[in-house]
Amino acid sequence: MSRPFLEVKDLNVRFETDDGIVQAVTDSSFSLEAGKTLGIVGESGSGKSVTSLALLGLHRTRSNAKVTGEIWLDDQELVSASDADVRGLRGGKMSMIFQDPLSAMHPYFTVGSQIVEAYRVHHPSVNKKVARERAIDMLARVGIPQPARRFNDYAHQFSGGMRQRAMIAMALVNDPKLLIADEPTTALDVTVQAQILDLIRDLQEEFGSAVIMITHDLGVVAELADEVLVMYGGKVIEKGPAIDLFQRPQHPYTWGLLGSMPRLDREVRDRLTPVKGSPPSLINLPSGCAFHPRCPYAGRNGDRSFTDVPVLTGGAHSVACHLPAEERDRLFKEEVAPNL
Amino acid sequence: MVAYLIRRLINAVLTLLVVTLVTFGIFFMVPKLTGSDPALLYIGKTADKVAVEGIREKMGLNDPILVQYGKFLKGIVAGRDYANGPDVTHCAAPCLGYSFRTEQEVTPLLMDDLPVTFSLAIGAAILWLIGGVTAGVISALRKGSIPDRAVMFIALAGVSLPIYFTGLLSKQIFVNWLGWLPEGNYVPFLESPSEWFVQMLLPWVTLAFLFAATYARLTRANMLETLGEDYIRTARAKGLGERTVIGKHALRSGLTPIVTIFGLDLGALLGGALLTETVFNLRGLGYQAYQAIKGNDLPVILGVTLIAAFFIVAANLIVDLVYSAIDPRVRLG
Repeated sequence: MSRPFLEVKDLNVRFETDDGIVQAVTDSSFSLEAGKTLGIVGESGSGKSVTSLALLGLHRTRSNAKVTGEIWLDDQELVSASDADVRGLRGGKMSMIFQDPLSAMHPYFTVGSQIVEAYRVHHPSVNKKVARERAIDMLARVGIPQPARRFNDYAHQFSGGMRQRAMIAMALVNDPKLLIADEPTTALDVTVQAQILDLIRDLQEEFGSAVIMITHDLGVVAELADEVLVMYGGKVIEKGPAIDLFQRPQHPYTWGLLGSMPRLDREVRDRLTPVKGSPPSLINLPSGCAFHPRCPYAGRNGDRSFTDVPVLTGGAHSVACHLPAEERDRLFKEEVAPNL
Repeated sequence: MVAYLIRRLINAVLTLLVVTLVTFGIFFMVPKLTGSDPALLYIGKTADKVAVEGIREKMGLNDPILVQYGKFLKGIVAGRDYANGPDVTHCAAPCLGYSFRTEQEVTPLLMDDLPVTFSLAIGAAILWLIGGVTAGVISALRKGSIPDRAVMFIALAGVSLPIYFTGLLSKQIFVNWLGWLPEGNYVPFLESPSEWFVQMLLPWVTLAFLFAATYARLTRANMLETLGEDYIRTARAKGLGERTVIGKHALRSGLTPIVTIFGLDLGALLGGALLTETVFNLRGLGYQAYQAIKGNDLPVILGVTLIAAFFIVAANLIVDLVYSAIDPRVRLG
């Protein structure tokens, strides 16, 4: 059996800080086939962005970061690869769209020159004129009007949506096989959000890239993802095919995320149900199941959730929870689903 | 752009006008308050009454203050004639009056000092810019390392030690004890560039040390802030090498704020580095100011003040123009 296009095995990322060791990602494993979309969901500090930066090898420049495990991209292992090898892939075979395009673009260089730079670092033999044409072509592809004129503008002269389009043009300029989008719509107006998501989907079809969509917005995931990964406290706590995960979510935290999603078909007087409590400290994770302090069902099954770390069950749709499967099904059907 | 420039120039002229008003006011008030007579300061205390009255008439000291101020301004713009009957002395524009002490015209006196001050300020500026910025960048890139700590320690010393300490100490060491450098005596550049250089070396280094310390700290802080920016992460995510990430993306924004400070510092120094010039016996504007203050030579003090103000105002204007050229987010208007 050949490897999937992207396979992450037992990924661990930790940072040594003055306050202690931050265990940002723990034993995270997942895979993604070419052309498919993986949604990674979780609160701030759940480890989703750290995971994506680890894929690109961007923790390598931080001396206090330690990454272990395996990342296989197209049969090449990246954690043990040399800096030069990973740099060759960055922005080429795999690229990334960041959350806030205004701060993610250099204020002193024109948008066009930044795209040209991204292209030429992976195509050193291409002359400036050809690279410029390529950049203008990409700006046109992502729907920027008058691309030849906008080429010479600076990031601050673009509107939010146009800026994110330009960022996408920059990320796609080298036909990446893997595109990581880290909350690409968070900084945008709602109307523009939908346009950007459509654009990413269209371009994905056109380029056939695999996409990792990192978000805290389950609506975005429902719209785009084939597979979903739910992260909590640096760990994967539920993963599975998107349809299955939305129809039969297994983890109480996933239920909480679904409950905190605003829906138009709901009565306005019904309050949203937030997940109670706040995300755990990654320096000092709660014992046992990291979610137990916020879980309404913790303790139902003896005291295991306070002491034992739950492991992911196997199978296509897997979950890390101490509640027995039948109990979870019953709780979801009887207590959770009616309120969603 | 042109409209902006015209507005800024008018502003600059107005600023200078206010400076002349204030300094002239002081010039007029000081003799009143100290009970001294400017005419006596010109001619000496032993002069007879007729001579004093003559000089008073000639210098226009009998006129009302506003008329005196008007004549002073006219002197700067168009030159003026000091007249007492047939005794006429012409003072060419820009006329800043006559020194009490030497009875020379102030303008040529100060113009003679400019090369010295320029040599000192520009030479030191080049040194501190290169030294301070380099040290700051290295410090930022090796944050927490021994070189970083060393640079920051030296920088702290640099900002806390006054010129008259570092200047006198370095003079003692390099001139008196080691004998590597000659006793201070300014040699004009055109006379002998090599001697000029040797003579200026110690003043440059001393003055530059003070400024380099500030620049190193500032550069380090700017660079550290820039290195944490999202667009630096983007640059890395594009697959750029560290050299390009630091040398192009980080330096471009990390060093831009330095331009402002540099322009203003240099502008201020062109008006005279009083302590450095005095310590190293350099006859520049600062030294002239020091002598004038010691000797109560009000016209010279007034002249130095005006020239210093002129350089600061000009530096301000240039800095703003340069900044709009290097930061695309700044628009003139």
